[in-house]
Amino acid sequence: MDWHTLTAALFPQGASIVEAHQVLTGEGTVGDTTIAVVGTTGHTPIGVDVALAQARFILQTVREHPGRPILILVDTQGQRLRHRDEMLGINAFMAHLGKCVELARRSGHRIVALVYDQALSGGFITSGLMADACYALPHATIRVMGLPAMARITKVPEERLTELAVDNPVFAPGPENYLLMGGIQEIWRDDLSARLIEALALESTGDVRPALGLARGGRVLSQRVIAAILAGQDTLAP
Amino acid sequence: MSSYLESTARERLARLFDAGSFQEFLPPSSRIVSPHLGQLNAPVAFDDGVAVGRALLDNRPVFVAAQEGGFMGGAVGEVHGAKLVGMLRRAILKAPDAVVLLLETGGVRLHEANAGLIAVSEVMRAVLDVRAAGIPVIALVGGANGCFGGMGIVARCTNAVIMSEEGRLAMSGPEVIETASGVEEFDARDRALVWRTTGGKHRYLLGDCQALVADSIDDFRAAAIAQLETTISPALTLDALEQEQALLAARLENFGHVREPYDLWRTLGVPDPEALPLLEAEAFVALVDSHRLGAR
Repeated sequence: MDWHTLTAALFPQGASIVEAHQVLTGEGTVGDTTIAVVGTTGHTPIGVDVALAQARFILQTVREHPGRPILILVDTQGQRLRHRDEMLGINAFMAHLGKCVELARRSGHRIVALVYDQALSGGFITSGLMADACYALPHATIRVMGLPAMARITKVPEERLTELAVDNPVFAPGPENYLLMGGIQEIWRDDLSARLIEALALESTGDVRPALGLARGGRVLSQRVIAAILAGQDTLAP
Repeated sequence: MSSYLESTARERLARLFDAGSFQEFLPPSSRIVSPHLGQLNAPVAFDDGVAVGRALLDNRPVFVAAQEGGFMGGAVGEVHGAKLVGMLRRAILKAPDAVVLLLETGGVRLHEANAGLIAVSEVMRAVLDVRAAGIPVIALVGGANGCFGGMGIVARCTNAVIMSEEGRLAMSGPEVIETASGVEEFDARDRALVWRTTGGKHRYLLGDCQALVADSIDDFRAAAIAQLETTISPALTLDALEQEQALLAARLENFGHVREPYDLWRTLGVPDPEALPLLEAEAFVALVDSHRLGAR
């Protein structure tokens, strides 16, 4: 979805968002509340520059607008695959972005993310997956990498992966599977503005994704392993 | 002197921490294996490639994790990630003096694709929760598989990174970049270039690692103890992150146009950059300390 169409639907009262080098920044209004908006568009790869631009905006929001909710709009093909980015320490730039989101959360900013087009791998870990809650549109693509590349690296035949992807949320891309595993809170199918208002009204609860994955049946061991270690037990609860 | 690089995760735990002090959570006898590998006919491990628990470091209580590069390159699957998260969350309850992460990993375990990606994200959040609780987190990177992918991000979410010159810390592996962008972009077979781009000495020069040591478990131990004593304020602050923002912006401004790590080192004012790869850790640190960038 085009980001202009998206933000018009999210903010019927109006929004002032600009695109610069495929980075989106600005603000929108819902009711009496101003929301800081940051994200990317055009499936842009997250390189050092893009990560730093988003971090700058988040720090500025924390500094100048304490407590203002932040909406992260996700559309990325993943981390930028260039020698330059690796040499400059892209992992440090992405960690910095993630830490800025965490600082905002701890400073009382509600953080909501929306995957409105693509979300892949490293580009997703420091954006949508850092939010209090990450939502997705029904047609969003969410994955680690394509099945052909996965087949090459894992040396599992692509036919087998395709077969498994039919009913196994671990392999199949798509928001439904991330929903089952707890990585996505909810899929927004209609009235985006109303959904956004609901999401902003929720309290931050800490990272409940393992529990969601268990409750929804898409990731049944994670929460039980965590619980066993917390309880100091050597066996998992049934 | 025993090589950190050549040791297994469990050998590192046994020798890096006070003798006999490591107590494991969910040990291999619990037999909690990956629920996903079986259907791919891939082997499983009874520890899913990571050991987590508590130990003593110079008589001080710490929580620890060690990833085993020998099992699927140390990659993070559902159980592996949950063990890390469980240990980190328990650390918040028990308030040890620090958490020490012995990272050796390719990042997300592709055999568990989506579950691995979410798990790495949960580890990242949990590391930051530990720091917010006032507990320092220290990462050690010196295994043969390096520290890549989302775990390369996690490493930089800690308070301090300790590397050996052989250690590699990055995001995407050179093979992945070569496949995606061509051999002229990054020649993965040029091992010297790979090392100059991702290795411990380069990361130390950039300020992305706080201590560079020789490939010895004893040296890693000494550096970890030193970090334990010097990390005062583990939590994130606006001032610190604004400072990091300025440092990274300056890095981009000063080196964004540079193609070759040697040129980057030269710009830093390091005399005779081509000689750096040959130096022992101690001599290297002595030579470059006044030239390295001061991130964090």
